[in-house]
Amino acid sequence: MASAVVNFLNATLDWMTFASDGPSARAVVFGVHIGGHLFIEVFLLVVILFLLSQKSYKPPKRPLTNKEIDELCDEWVPEPLIPSVNKELQYEPPVLESAAGPHTIINGKEVVNFASANYLGFIGHPKLLDSCSSALAKYGVGSCGPRGFYGTIDVHLDCEARIAKFLGTPESILYSYGLSTMFSAIPAFSKKGDIIVADEGVHWGIQNGLYLSRSTVVYFKHNDMDALRETLENITSKYKKTKNLRRYIVVEAVYQNSGQIAPLDEIIKLKEKYRFRVLLDESNSLGVLGSSGRGLTEHCGVPVEKIDIITAAMGHALATEGGFCTGSTRVIDHQRLSSSGYVFSASLPPYLASAAITAIDVLEENPNLIKKLKKNIAFLRKGLSKIPGITIASNPESPIVYLRLEKSRGSVKDDLHLLENIAERVLNEESVFVVVSKRSTLDKCRLPVGIRLFVSAGHSESDLLKASESLKRVVASVLGGHN
Amino acid sequence: MIAIPYLTALTTYFSYGLLFAFGQFRDFFRKIFDWCSANTLQGYAPICLGLEDFYIRRLYLRIQDCFGRPIASAPDAWFDVVERYSNDNNKTLKRTDKISRCLNLGSYNYLGFAAADEYCTPRVVDTLKKYSPSTCSTRVDGGTTALHLELEECVAKFVGKPAAIVFGMGYVTNSAILPVLMGKGSLIISDSLNHNSIVNGARGSGATIRVFQHNEPSHLEEVLREQIAEGQPRTHRPWKKIMVIVEGIYSMEGELCKLPEVIAVCKKYKAYTYLDEAHSIGAVGKTGRGVCELLGVDTADVDIMMGTFTKSFGSCGGYIAGSKDLIQHLKYTCPAHLYATSISPPAAQQIISSIRVILGEDGSNRGAQKLAQIRENSNFFRSELQKMGFEVLGDNDSPVMPIMLYNPAKIPAFSRECLKQNVAIVTVAFPATPLLLARARICISAAHSREDLIKALQVISRVGDLVGIKYFPAEPTKQQQEGGKTVKFD
Repeated sequence: MASAVVNFLNATLDWMTFASDGPSARAVVFGVHIGGHLFIEVFLLVVILFLLSQKSYKPPKRPLTNKEIDELCDEWVPEPLIPSVNKELQYEPPVLESAAGPHTIINGKEVVNFASANYLGFIGHPKLLDSCSSALAKYGVGSCGPRGFYGTIDVHLDCEARIAKFLGTPESILYSYGLSTMFSAIPAFSKKGDIIVADEGVHWGIQNGLYLSRSTVVYFKHNDMDALRETLENITSKYKKTKNLRRYIVVEAVYQNSGQIAPLDEIIKLKEKYRFRVLLDESNSLGVLGSSGRGLTEHCGVPVEKIDIITAAMGHALATEGGFCTGSTRVIDHQRLSSSGYVFSASLPPYLASAAITAIDVLEENPNLIKKLKKNIAFLRKGLSKIPGITIASNPESPIVYLRLEKSRGSVKDDLHLLENIAERVLNEESVFVVVSKRSTLDKCRLPVGIRLFVSAGHSESDLLKASESLKRVVASVLGGHN
Repeated sequence: MIAIPYLTALTTYFSYGLLFAFGQFRDFFRKIFDWCSANTLQGYAPICLGLEDFYIRRLYLRIQDCFGRPIASAPDAWFDVVERYSNDNNKTLKRTDKISRCLNLGSYNYLGFAAADEYCTPRVVDTLKKYSPSTCSTRVDGGTTALHLELEECVAKFVGKPAAIVFGMGYVTNSAILPVLMGKGSLIISDSLNHNSIVNGARGSGATIRVFQHNEPSHLEEVLREQIAEGQPRTHRPWKKIMVIVEGIYSMEGELCKLPEVIAVCKKYKAYTYLDEAHSIGAVGKTGRGVCELLGVDTADVDIMMGTFTKSFGSCGGYIAGSKDLIQHLKYTCPAHLYATSISPPAAQQIISSIRVILGEDGSNRGAQKLAQIRENSNFFRSELQKMGFEVLGDNDSPVMPIMLYNPAKIPAFSRECLKQNVAIVTVAFPATPLLLARARICISAAHSREDLIKALQVISRVGDLVGIKYFPAEPTKQQQEGGKTVKFD
């Protein structure tokens, strides 16, 4: 067998030698020797050209026929729009029958209200009501248009100027809703590719803003400056070579989700060292912290110019609605055409802007309101400090007194259940209205849940005493029953 | 679709090109000056990079005075516009004490509830005294008053759905609801001209977004068929759910949604429908119940009905109306319900009272009169404008009527000239419209009298001649048009 193959090969080789050496192959055409090599090369070229001219193999395309698409459409079954309503999740909040002041009426009974962030007791303040009613008479209720299209009313401009003057910033911009302030302001300044370092405890409005900005977001451990430094260090070394990268730190002054206060002086040091800009949400600190209520900057003795962008909701201490952002002229002007919640939304009802102006006036005239609030916070904390099974998780100066279970029941759901049970009994049996922090399914914050008490300067000592005493009693009975 | 005349498109492109070139030229010099003066912010990237604010600096600032004009009264049929002046070529505008009384064709005051109302205002003031301007708390904590429950019941009844939930801002209503309902693996099919709040809400939800051509149910069907057949991108798993989002009246086009066709398509392909009635609720329909009533669509066929109270009701805030289970679910999960301050009680009272007036529950027929008036006003104004030869967009019965301007230079010219003659008109340019399709937009109100409208028409006609925006021949009769067509075909 092998010899046959060798013979065949030899014969072929001989033939090929003969062919290339043959007389016809020695022909010279126009001075070019037509050698055997040329023959083979031309032959190969022809083969290559032939192969190239052939269509390459592709699997045959068979688009779905209309009938098949019809079948697919018929087959497709969508999920229900909402998951089936869980009986356990059904929660009806208490219904207030009067203004949400320090005392309010629920189910016909007067209760002490710790559920409203009415820190300075401005709800029902006669001066605010007066300014509102005169604004209502002059401007009507709504503004009927966005700021760009005749929705700018002179009180809006006055309010912006008043806020800027109060906080000592060059300019400010009004938003028509507190929640929309942050989620509009962040995407206006931070775009795809930019970097935001944010505290993991920030509220949903900020989380949404971070998501919408499409920037690279890095969270650091809640209110932990070492974690922040480490994060900043990592990012700086990682992006050393990237030019024109905007870098931001996003923090809240008083965290809505924990009652902690951000150590601003340290953040400023870090910011300056690593060259980040700072976005500070002062929603719960405006009118509360600092000797004249100018917020965290005053509290920490940091000049307000060091913070690049400050935002705040006005639905807390100022007892009105809407929000604002304040900072340098460049920062504010940029938002007037780039911030979606400002450009594409109807402006704040003028009477609410007028209420905000009056609230700031009243605050400036009565600095002892803040002293009273501080005294109330300290007094309530003292009363709550000795409750077994419960710890105070908030900062001693925070107007949100945040109570947590000492020992978690294992899951957020169980904790919530227990805390809600406490809150309900405190309301029904003791006429003290406290609330449990609730979490939306969209909220990424994973801090433990707890009972929140919003202290007001309007609370009297007996109110505070009543709250701490009744919580003590109910917690003892509920936790005692569980243990 | 808007067909731009060829020459106009060319001149518009040229104008923008010129503005861009000059802008770049000025930027070049600014860079040199910046380079000369010491940069104080060493190590920080500029807060606005490159061309991000080019449009604002070099185009918008030149005509800044046409936007955001402050007013010093309620946005009624006539209002006081505060005069402004600038010492630095429009970079900053300063307010003066001078005001000029102008006819208001800009505010969304469709039913005339923006001004003091004999029925609403006393009730609003009473509510203010009883409940204060704010609750300082969220709906799930201490922000639910008896008034809020009454409002939700009233709204549900008015729009014709079993239940409703209200929020303090219209924008937030859209942008906070969509992330709750849709998520990864679901598909949102949105009209190409939907409002920014819907776009933001859809983005925030993490769902896949597809767009169908503005108001084209046939294209919607095409997209739906293709998407259902293909499934999710890359994995080709079937979509979890599909939601189609349309608006009742498109605020920049004045067009009514082709709702019956859209509903039919959605029903056929089992997609959920989301109808944003921001501009249509209260403004159209025999009893003011919006496009569903106007176009004869059963509200039961629309899964989610959204609307705002800023426009027809002269208040603020927005609502979602739907099945009882849906609203219950939203009350437990929606971040705007859980984390945002509840709607201001006086604003809530304004909504309740104005709905009562619309429904005639105040014991008068003022509501019916207002509805008849806005319809008559809108149709009169639209037909007159068309007769004059303006390019007017939108459908009959819609109180919103945009007039196309196109050229960037015509935006300030039209706006300033009208204002000089005491007619306040909104001009809309980028970013609210595509760059080429700048327009003036007129919003008609029931508060306008026939004399007001005639005055407005005279002014607009004069200015239109001056600025040159009558793109069609004046008063074309039907015969002429047909004649023209036959000539073309020959």
